[in-house]
Amino acid sequence: MTAYAPPLDDLRFLLSHVVDLTAALGTTDSGAEADDVLAALEEAGRLAADVIAPLNSVGDRHPPRIENGQVFTSPGWREAYRQFIDGGWNGIAGPNDHGGMGLPMVAAAAAQELWQSASMAFALCPMLTQAGIELLHAKGTEAQKTRYLDKLTSGEWTGTMLLTEPQAGSDVGALRTRAVRENGHYRLFGQKIYITYGDHDMTDNVIHMILARVEGAPPGIKGISLFVSPKILVNEDGSLGQRNDCRPVNLEHKLGIHGSPTCVMAFGDQEGAYAELIGEENRGIEYMFLMMNNARLNVGIQGVGVAERAYQHARHYARTRVQSKVVGRKQDGLAIIHHPDVTRMLAVAKARIQAARALYLEAATLLDLARTGTPSAATRADLLIPVVKAWSTDLGVDVASMGIQVHGGMGFVEETGAAQHYRDARIAPIYEGTNGIQANDLVARKVARDGGAAMGSLLEEITGLAGRLIDQPGDDLPIIGEALATGARALGEATDWVVTTFDSDPRAVLAGAVAFLDLVGTVVGGWMMGRAALAAQGLLAERQGDPQFAEAKIILARVYAEQVLVRADTLARTVTEGGRVLAELDEAIL
Amino acid sequence: MHIVVCIKQVPDSAQIRVHPVTNTIMRQGVPTIINPYDLFSLEAALAIRDEHGGTVTVLSMGPPMAADSLRRALSIGADRAVLLTDRFFAGSDTLATSYALATAITKIASDQPVDMVFCGKQTIDGDTAQVGPGIARRLGFHQLTYVESVETIDRARRTVIVRRRAEGGVQVLRSELPCMVTMLEGSAVVRRGSMADALRAARADVTTWSAKDAGIEDISQCGLRGSPTVVRKVFAPQPRKEKAVLIEASAHDPVHMAEATIDTLFAALPGLNAELHAAAAR
Repeated sequence: MTAYAPPLDDLRFLLSHVVDLTAALGTTDSGAEADDVLAALEEAGRLAADVIAPLNSVGDRHPPRIENGQVFTSPGWREAYRQFIDGGWNGIAGPNDHGGMGLPMVAAAAAQELWQSASMAFALCPMLTQAGIELLHAKGTEAQKTRYLDKLTSGEWTGTMLLTEPQAGSDVGALRTRAVRENGHYRLFGQKIYITYGDHDMTDNVIHMILARVEGAPPGIKGISLFVSPKILVNEDGSLGQRNDCRPVNLEHKLGIHGSPTCVMAFGDQEGAYAELIGEENRGIEYMFLMMNNARLNVGIQGVGVAERAYQHARHYARTRVQSKVVGRKQDGLAIIHHPDVTRMLAVAKARIQAARALYLEAATLLDLARTGTPSAATRADLLIPVVKAWSTDLGVDVASMGIQVHGGMGFVEETGAAQHYRDARIAPIYEGTNGIQANDLVARKVARDGGAAMGSLLEEITGLAGRLIDQPGDDLPIIGEALATGARALGEATDWVVTTFDSDPRAVLAGAVAFLDLVGTVVGGWMMGRAALAAQGLLAERQGDPQFAEAKIILARVYAEQVLVRADTLARTVTEGGRVLAELDEAIL
Repeated sequence: MHIVVCIKQVPDSAQIRVHPVTNTIMRQGVPTIINPYDLFSLEAALAIRDEHGGTVTVLSMGPPMAADSLRRALSIGADRAVLLTDRFFAGSDTLATSYALATAITKIASDQPVDMVFCGKQTIDGDTAQVGPGIARRLGFHQLTYVESVETIDRARRTVIVRRRAEGGVQVLRSELPCMVTMLEGSAVVRRGSMADALRAARADVTTWSAKDAGIEDISQCGLRGSPTVVRKVFAPQPRKEKAVLIEASAHDPVHMAEATIDTLFAALPGLNAELHAAAAR
């Protein structure tokens, strides 16, 4: 098993020279400065690498088990979780007035990548708690905040999200869990599935955020309300009381993320599960949208995290495995990393990971700026979030697959650990809105609805950057600039087609939506790499920073331009030419 | 309680390489770490502070970049940091180092009396284990080396009881305060920095003292001039030509093991039998 080395050099570079960390810090009252964030990330990296990363394969091989209505996590996970919360990491972006550090989203996002690389299955637990914190902070009553928020922020208790039911997956409006009013609170009856960390033994209590339908509510998504319902009831003085009428009835057997207990949860086997309404009745879906951008950003970061881990694994193997003489090299016994195709696989993976990392940091920074009411930042964030979610999680699967390929047959057997990353990565394109749904959201709500205005302003910026890159001396930056200009043109044409065709032929547009999202990811990834390359060249000119890192950054930006960005034209044609046949295709021929 | 912990920034020996020709350590590009033995002493000091209250001051002598290690110690939980850095310190051996550190501790104690000094058992780059005892001697403190645990501290009587690993057993020692302690490796699990500590450390000032600031009056006792140690030669030992011999014997039968060993000896030394007989005859 390869040790995980947190990519602190890239995070430090991107946070210092590419995205505007200082502006993001200015939106908080944390009082922290850029250097503080970088120091905190270094410490987070140690915990991720030393404590959490070694447990990843333990969770995979010894998954949680359920006994007498109680879930027990994998060996060592309780202790690691204790270290995680003792270090204060759970509350990194949590509200100051409830014990959090109040750091901006972009700082939390960078730390999130470290946890996700260390172990996706482990990091899911605090990731879901974060969503619960956001909901309670935004819409909870003072009493609810007092009861639940401090302990969720510290991580002493964890949070869950209960949406899915057997008949209500992507179609949340079909859910049937009932809420019955009773003396100022409610009783819940129903069954929820796919509940991540729905029950576990790492904390004394689990706080469920659950969607249900109050009796007599309108059908569909307009009749859904949001509730908070604890595993153990909380007394007035804050101490723990009786067990609530909700329990895990089963654990799912899954393809990956084995360490994360995915529960089937039963509510109301007896008197009904005690629950408190959050906000007002029938506005549950609206509230869920409040934290959706953050949740989708975090899932996108999972894609980057697992890709980084799988990439490091493959790189280590490629440096140690010797097979066949290397073409064009005199020495014998060279490792396979010197074979041109293995070099290609690793270089393209690294370039794409760096692009996706820069993109999620940019999106997180925009979410920070949007919170303090910068409308242009909010619009840009809305545009980029589905791309971060879908493009990065597809990247996770691609890179994990590449990792197995580099290992050859050794990757297909479980012992090397390369296969686990592939199995783990596969969930991320599915949950938190499938990547198909992200693509539909992008074309319909984020591009067609405003007539391509938000995309137009982004493309203007990208074209401006391409021009600056073309004007730079040397070979590399102009080549990157040309590729970016071509990609931006292709994206502009595809955007125009989406905007003009959506009303008349929405099926044709939606048939090409995934290709469109891939195109946007490809071009904005190039935009981020172009910005990074320009910053790297500036540092080299001023003799600042680590010259090796800056030179490598420029080379990887060129690899991205020549291996990834060139696909923009083809993707644009897939969008504009490929949709019509698919839209009317008779399912009988399938 | 005011505890001073002396730490040293060293190259990470796990990532170090030795120059094949000159036999010197190639330091370029090797990441630095806090001497791992020092961390056990730092942990012991922090645990005492957490129980009894007080302050932990970390002290280091080294180039300006050694401030990184002090900052790291702050992020683990130390309260303040002092760096001794001056060109006069360059080339110090353990005698000169203990002089400089002891003088600085005296200076630190002039603000707030020092109850205990902790040092690492030894460093992973020098491996002499001399600096801690050198400091104790110069300060006139009792020294408690190779300590596996600090058992109790009686603040009223100003005494400490420790368990010290000694050849053939464990000594339980009581000493008056102030004293100097070096902790054994594995004596505790070194704590992990919290996010709050990391943020505090990023902002904390590392007090930087020159030789003069530290109250050092006699520069001739510092650096190369104050270091009588002379390294005459550094070499990598040649691998020995002899090869080990594997003797197969039953693991559960001591008689068989003895016989197999003796048979192997006699087979390897053909003249031995005759020699023994001759000796017996005399």
